Amino acid sequence: MGIWVKRAMKQDDSAQHDDTVASFDKRLETARLKAGLVAKPKSDRDRSPDDNPLTMAMRLGSEMVGALAIAVVIGYGLDRLLDTAPWFMIGLVPIGAAAGILNVFRAAGSSRPNTKPKD
Amino acid sequence: MVEMDPLSQFHLQSGLGTLGRIIDFTNSNQMMVIAALIVTTVMGIGLRRAAIVPGRMQGLAELSYEFVHNMVIDTIGEEGKRFFPFVFTLFSFILVGNLLGLFPYFFAFTSHIAITGALAFFVFLLSLIVGFWHHGFRFFKFFAPSGVPAWLLPLLIPIEIVSFLSRPVSLSVRLFANITAGHVMWEVFAGFMLMLVSSLGALGVVAALIPLGLNIALTALEFLVAFLQAYVFAILTCLYLHDSIHLH
Repeated sequence: MGIWVKRAMKQDDSAQHDDTVASFDKRLETARLKAGLVAKPKSDRDRSPDDNPLTMAMRLGSEMVGALAIAVVIGYGLDRLLDTAPWFMIGLVPIGAAAGILNVFRAAGSSRPNTKPKD
Repeated sequence: MVEMDPLSQFHLQSGLGTLGRIIDFTNSNQMMVIAALIVTTVMGIGLRRAAIVPGRMQGLAELSYEFVHNMVIDTIGEEGKRFFPFVFTLFSFILVGNLLGLFPYFFAFTSHIAITGALAFFVFLLSLIVGFWHHGFRFFKFFAPSGVPAWLLPLLIPIEIVSFLSRPVSLSVRLFANITAGHVMWEVFAGFMLMLVSSLGALGVVAALIPLGLNIALTALEFLVAFLQAYVFAILTCLYLHDSIHLH
């Protein structure tokens, strides 16, 4: 609140000095800049759902289960197709679990764009 | 005893009366059309008069535009601008669908995995096409991470392929499960209230205040979930497109 009052007073001061068209453009420019600055922290706050632990937990869970489910489906399908039950399933379930863990690692890493360059 | 079936709310019925029954137009289709109409109307009204000081509708349209635009640019990068219309359509459609589903007696079409699955499949297909479009057959390098010893590749490539294929599954299951779980919980708690009142009488009416309070709290949570899941769906779409363009 204090910043707002100070900014408004500053603007009033400069407005008293020169009241020409040029200064109006300048004031419009600063007002636009200010609007941009005001809008920015708001959009940052809007982005915070990504750090919401509930979302993160839900996301990580489905990433893990999704990979495992796909591996089981592929394994089961190949076994039915090639009549090799249960070998493809046995081979693919560990791979699916590994893919699930990989997904979780990726999701946890990519949840914060700032730390992304690490991997 | 009160009959309770928390899953009956997800049953498909025919929409639009007799005409709908003839052409198999379901209540789910009906809600999808309504959601699309709402998005189009809001954007149409919001952008009809481009006032310097935006009114409510224009503010809504511009805020949602900027929100998705920033998300696309931040996640995909400058090349992502091309995918903005797609991501925006997806985001607004899912968001309005989720929110419409919160109204009593309205059908939540995002609670059906057929619909979320179809949406996720389109995202998956698009990311695949974009990958091949940008990199040709070098896109297959996506499955062989760089800096990995050659003897590990036979193990890593299947893992990467399974991980890639699991994307549409987790994308669709997440949205569907969240919306379904929320709606089932609502109905279960509401059922508790009816049970308490019918079995305990006056005391039950007092006791029923507890599930009522829970349901009110749940309503707030469901609004959060409706927004959050649309957001997660959109940002993951952006992430997948980013991976297709930049190969990790």
